[in-house]
Amino acid sequence: MSRGVARAVPLAPAVVLLALFMLGPVVWSFYGSFTNTALTGPTAANPEWIGFDNYIGLIGDPDFPKSLWLTVVFVFASAVVGQNVLGIALAGLLRSAVRPVRSIASTVVVAAWVLPEIVAAFAAYAFFHSEGTLNAMLGGVGITGPDWLYSTPMLAVVLANVWRGTAFSMMVYSAALAEVPPELTEAAQLDGANGLQRLAWVTLPVIRRSISTNLMLTTLQTLSVFTLIYVMTGGGPGTDSSTLPILAYQEAFKFAQVGYGTAIATVMIVVGGIFSVIYIRALRPEVD
Amino acid sequence: MRTARVFIAPVTATALALSLGACGAGGGGSDDSTITVAYQKFGNFTQGDALFKDVKAAYEEANPGVTVELVPIEAAQNDYFTKLALMNRSPSTAPDVMYEDTFMIKSDVEAGYLLPLDDYLAEWEDWDQFVDGAKEAGAGDDGKTYGVSMGTDTRGLWFNKDVLAKAGLPEDWAPTSWDELLEAARAIKESDPDVVPLNIYSGKPMGEASVMQGFEMLLYGTGDTLYEDGKWVLGSQGFVDALDFIGTVYTEGLAPTPQQALDTNIGNTVSAEWLPDGKVGIALDGSWVAGNWLESGAAPWPEWSETMGTAAMPTQDGADPGAVSMSGGWTLAIGSGSEVPDEAFEFISMALNRENSLRYDVEASQIAVRSDVAEDPEYTATNPTAEFFTDLVEVTHFRPATSDYPKISNEIMVAMESVMTGQQTPEEAAAVYDEAVTGIVGDENTTQG
Repeated sequence: MSRGVARAVPLAPAVVLLALFMLGPVVWSFYGSFTNTALTGPTAANPEWIGFDNYIGLIGDPDFPKSLWLTVVFVFASAVVGQNVLGIALAGLLRSAVRPVRSIASTVVVAAWVLPEIVAAFAAYAFFHSEGTLNAMLGGVGITGPDWLYSTPMLAVVLANVWRGTAFSMMVYSAALAEVPPELTEAAQLDGANGLQRLAWVTLPVIRRSISTNLMLTTLQTLSVFTLIYVMTGGGPGTDSSTLPILAYQEAFKFAQVGYGTAIATVMIVVGGIFSVIYIRALRPEVD
Repeated sequence: MRTARVFIAPVTATALALSLGACGAGGGGSDDSTITVAYQKFGNFTQGDALFKDVKAAYEEANPGVTVELVPIEAAQNDYFTKLALMNRSPSTAPDVMYEDTFMIKSDVEAGYLLPLDDYLAEWEDWDQFVDGAKEAGAGDDGKTYGVSMGTDTRGLWFNKDVLAKAGLPEDWAPTSWDELLEAARAIKESDPDVVPLNIYSGKPMGEASVMQGFEMLLYGTGDTLYEDGKWVLGSQGFVDALDFIGTVYTEGLAPTPQQALDTNIGNTVSAEWLPDGKVGIALDGSWVAGNWLESGAAPWPEWSETMGTAAMPTQDGADPGAVSMSGGWTLAIGSGSEVPDEAFEFISMALNRENSLRYDVEASQIAVRSDVAEDPEYTATNPTAEFFTDLVEVTHFRPATSDYPKISNEIMVAMESVMTGQQTPEEAAAVYDEAVTGIVGDENTTQG
């Protein structure tokens, strides 16, 4: 027992710091979601405990189901499909590419990841803007492009997030693919498996732990993407690209309803939790 | 890996919650010899910054040992309210003196952010110079005064005479109904498709400007109102008609594209670029717009008084009194937690003395609220539109003076945005508004219009 205590002592400062700066805001946010805290007005001075009223209000709010749906679409399209599929495809292709192609291609991909989020967001804004790079290029070949940020805001932010995040998945999968024992694929090849079969039955099962981890990381990261969407569309037009982080920000800080905003943040935690459980169950990384 | 599983859930939760929890960062506090002054400085609005810088120098010279720390907040209007409210929530960041919109005063008083100034004002000889309307604008629900008015404003139609001339409209154009306004906009569109015929602010990015310069200028011309006899009016025809007007100008292409209109910077773009460049025909905007074009403004334009004309915003069908306007204005207030309230008030009394009020009202094109300034020949001479906008005071309306107003104003922005983008019909948007207002103030505080 005393040995256990002695071992725990050096951990204490880290635990205290984590509790203070990580757990504290979570608990505060969770508590806030049961109050009517506001930035101004009588409830700013004396917030009241209102139980589940914020959550009941959320269910009745037409913006909320839409926002939840947009969030799921955004996460699924840009993280689960976009970043992961593109990431693994790039990693696989670059493995068999000649050296100059490999270094040039990976530099280009990683560049988007290296950019600070706000810079990447402005770059994407300039690209998709009605008089931006994309429409200028389309104009060069005689096509009049639509106003992407206005007419197809979700498509624009999904593509922007794929562009920005693919490098991460590519690097994870490059490392994972390098770990696949060559004798396994060679054996499969000798048994007459074609490339697609080798990928599906040999490579993917071997790297599934990396897939699971990467899916989880990209999902959680994408779930909380704020700057990119806020800069590109501001959640608009109307609420057509208001994912949960944008909605929470608007309710808490634009409309001064901090309690209501934290309720939305709590829902985000639940959504993230659901995704995490699905990955852990579906890919069972711990069984080998 | 089992540990990882236990670990992932809390980490997930934390990462997500941090996005909300990490707000409200600390900053400079106030000690005994420092007055912090928080104000907005954004885009074309730099006149306040210029005034406070000069007052700081003068104050520090007159009061050695006291430092004035200026905290310019560079944010659009709604974000400014948010940032100021976040500063006020913590004693370590709450400013001593703040630039406060009259429509936020009642709400912020109830939040406990502001200090009553009655004791100071009773001893301030200049206070008698302030007109009654300005005194009321700074009052809280408890009858005490919390803000000293810097100036007021009215709203009307600005038009570019060159653009109107091309469309065959006279120099002294004065529409008498919404239909005439729409006709003029359609004529401008026909004469030059590249010009935005009519700018009306709308939607969330422009914040209170959308609601006041846009929606309320329409609604109060229909005979209906937002708030009557202590109750919020729901289901009025005027509300739907006003939204319908917004929908008409945006869907017919008489207004900027929704993409342009939903840009945070459109307020600056309209006054500093589009109007001087003749890219907008008519703009429904505030009396202060000309301040941008003065030599001290953000976009000097010496010829503006020859090119720009003004007309009163007509009522819906020309019904009496024929024109409509809305008034607001900003004040200087003291934070309730200020450790140096005496010094803070001294700063305010210096910033809003006769000389500085005159300077600010001229530079920022405000309507003077001090009678000694209003009579000053310099004030009447510098701005040729001052007389026009001062006369609008006769038909002006004030926003509902309740602490719920800021929240309800947000619901109006939402309704405007869903109509201008075609996501909802005016009737649908009005129904959503009615439901939201009932949720904010309770059924017992509403009435059917």
